Amino acid sequence: MNITVDVNELNTEFIVKLKGEIDAYTAPKLRESLFPISERENVKIIIDLTEVSYMDSTGLGVFVGAFKSVRANNGEFTLVGLSERLRRLFDITGLADIIDIKSSTEGGLE
Amino acid sequence: MSQVYDYIEMKIPAKPEFIGVIRLTLSGIGSRMGFAYEEIEDLKIATSEACTNAVQHAYKDSEKGEVKVSFGLYPDRLEVMVSDSGKSCNFEEVRQGLGPYENGQKVELMREGGLGLYLIETLMDDVKIHQHDGVTVFMTKFLEGEQVEMDAKTVST
Repeated sequence: MNITVDVNELNTEFIVKLKGEIDAYTAPKLRESLFPISERENVKIIIDLTEVSYMDSTGLGVFVGAFKSVRANNGEFTLVGLSERLRRLFDITGLADIIDIKSSTEGGLE
Repeated sequence: MSQVYDYIEMKIPAKPEFIGVIRLTLSGIGSRMGFAYEEIEDLKIATSEACTNAVQHAYKDSEKGEVKVSFGLYPDRLEVMVSDSGKSCNFEEVRQGLGPYENGQKVELMREGGLGLYLIETLMDDVKIHQHDGVTVFMTKFLEGEQVEMDAKTVST
């Protein structure tokens, strides 16, 4: 019942691998890790959710916040490796139409 | 309507680190009752959202507080009740402006929260919210097929 945030930097591209559960307890940690990156000019953030076993609205809130920040700084924000379960959360909240999302079947990261 | 059912009750400190404990319990209860994997995941999210609301809103000022989670196990459904006794925010107020995001919405105006109650209402079959000294969220999820069967009976009579 915790989360690990693994950030890999490649030029202006950041690949963030998340592992574990995103809920009210772990969301603040995730927010702390993502926000400094999201505020960089022209940043490209790719967040890999392949190993996220649970997520609720607290996680959606963090991603919406980071997405807004990235966009405000002319960057790109992509979520990859979503399971059907996670994908469904983005679908029913309408976020799938707004945020760039790639499911696990659409090929996540190598 | 009185009906025989099993009852389980838990109290957790109003701290976010214990919401995961409720999810673990719910997984056990859900699989014991024969809920499908997807339904258990729905139950976990809805119940966590209710607990998160209780933990985050109800006990803003004082650190101490408890959240009570009760489970009513019926042959055809599971009832989950999440209640706090803290001074709560106005739930009707929170309710307004809830709902999914709309495509074409300006990015800088997107809300960063407030989806919890919307998810609860979307993922559960029936939801009631009572506000008294605190807030109680009362949620029902039917075992697959049970609700349809009930409706069918109504039609045939």
